[in-house]
Amino acid sequence: MYDESVMEEPFLDEGILIEPLFPKKEKEKENTAAVWRKKAASLAKKAIPYGMIAPAMVVFAVFMIYPIAYMIYLSFFKWNMLSEKVWIGFGNFKKLFTDAEFLEVLTTTVKFMAGTVAGTIILALLLALYLKRNTKINRFLQSVVFAPYIVSLVSVAFIFMWMMDSDLGLLNYILSFVGIDPVRWLDDPKVAIYSLVLVNIWKGVGYYTLIFVSALQSIPPYLYEAAMLDRTGRMKTFFKITLPMISPTLFFVTLTGIISGFKVFETISIMTGGGNKTNTLVFNIYE
Amino acid sequence: MKTKKAVVFSVKTLVNMLILLIFFVPFYWMVLTAIKSLGETMLFPPSFFVKSPKWENFINAYQAIPFLKFLKNSMIVTAGTMACQFVTIIPAAYAFARYEFPGKKLFFGITLATMMIPGQLVFLPIFLLFSKWGMINSYWSLILPSATSAFGIFMLRQTFKQVPEELIEAAKLDRTSEWKIIFKIMLPIARPTVVTLGLLTFIGTWNDYFWPLVMTTNDTVRTLPVGIASLRMVESGISYHTVMAGNVILIIPILIVYFLAQGQIIKAFTYMGEK
Repeated sequence: MYDESVMEEPFLDEGILIEPLFPKKEKEKENTAAVWRKKAASLAKKAIPYGMIAPAMVVFAVFMIYPIAYMIYLSFFKWNMLSEKVWIGFGNFKKLFTDAEFLEVLTTTVKFMAGTVAGTIILALLLALYLKRNTKINRFLQSVVFAPYIVSLVSVAFIFMWMMDSDLGLLNYILSFVGIDPVRWLDDPKVAIYSLVLVNIWKGVGYYTLIFVSALQSIPPYLYEAAMLDRTGRMKTFFKITLPMISPTLFFVTLTGIISGFKVFETISIMTGGGNKTNTLVFNIYE
Repeated sequence: MKTKKAVVFSVKTLVNMLILLIFFVPFYWMVLTAIKSLGETMLFPPSFFVKSPKWENFINAYQAIPFLKFLKNSMIVTAGTMACQFVTIIPAAYAFARYEFPGKKLFFGITLATMMIPGQLVFLPIFLLFSKWGMINSYWSLILPSATSAFGIFMLRQTFKQVPEELIEAAKLDRTSEWKIIFKIMLPIARPTVVTLGLLTFIGTWNDYFWPLVMTTNDTVRTLPVGIASLRMVESGISYHTVMAGNVILIIPILIVYFLAQGQIIKAFTYMGEK
């Protein structure tokens, strides 16, 4: 499994051990051999770290770097997996960006990503501000909010598909209390994509809440004390102290949010099958 | 002053209840539906309690799909992935933490960069690769692509870096081999991190739906999430009580793990955000 060089290491120890045992007479003859052995040993020693990272790097090379390079390479050819590959330069891109269906898919993806990221971050920040104090109740609520995050998206998709059923769903029943007409959550092309956004927010918001909570808790309290002494308003405190202090976290969260928003597949595959204007890029590639 | 405090308190309780309901009710609804009869799921307004739970829903879900096969596949893939990651992550993290070598920055940069590549982007070339090797519908096609984890290497490296240098120097003076240093000194110290990583991989692999779906063309090695997802196509139209019963079975292992190691899991997931 591992690189040989690592396994050779005991030999290195032996070499050093044995060396002084040789009689002095053969010193000259031994010298060249010792030099060689030393060289080999130092080479083996140098190879150790490479051997250690080799397994991981091979996996990255085969399953990350090669596929990406191959995708870029393929994008310049006309190929349907059976025919000969024909070089067409940027033809595929031209075709894509003039293809109405692709443009629609792209719009859907962007809509979905923007909705999920914005919704999740705003809600998570509000939740975090509300739950940031380290009390028993808050810790309990944090773990409740986080629970959906570790549950399979397949399960979540099914649960919400059932709750969002247009005729028998729980959500419409709850809405009827407030006097809102039944929403055709997943059956209305105008609404479906936002329903999916809602599901993804519900699933992901707990994770971002926890990240924000730990960011908020690491803001030094003296900043708030100073603001209090200055009688700074709550809003101003938030925008002048809290927000700048958590901006690195905000950046990280936005980045991961965009990536995971892009990846979303399960909800779409299970809940709408890409119908009702919910066909995003990844789902489209899959099809 | 007192009334203001009381108002704040009751508003807070109300908000707390609301948060609890929003995140708890869907799970409750799942369990409730799983023990309803078909007739009860068709009622509107829906009932919030079940008088005579229909446990046979679980048997139905179990019989509708080759359940044991899916479960076995899930266990093999999860265990296999965890084992592979163990073997690849530990030495790599050790090398990145304790060695200086030419190209270290480059390799570490590559490692970090791969964290940004979603599997959904690269599955097609990987699928072609595996079909060329004749490994589609084999466990390898599900295990090998996630045989290492950039995040794991990064996290374990951070932990290894914190181990005091003197400890390793002392061991080296005693001519302890590199492997012994890793297994006898580093790993025991890094145990919490290793456990955390194991949990992350377990949850991620157990829940994964996309990869087992796109890497397979039949049921031979498909995992539980794919199996549960196929429940919706079993009969004409979706019978939600059966689907939810399957869903409960799928969720239980994860919730048990979450219940047992909640603190650790939360720490693991939020680790990245805190950096």
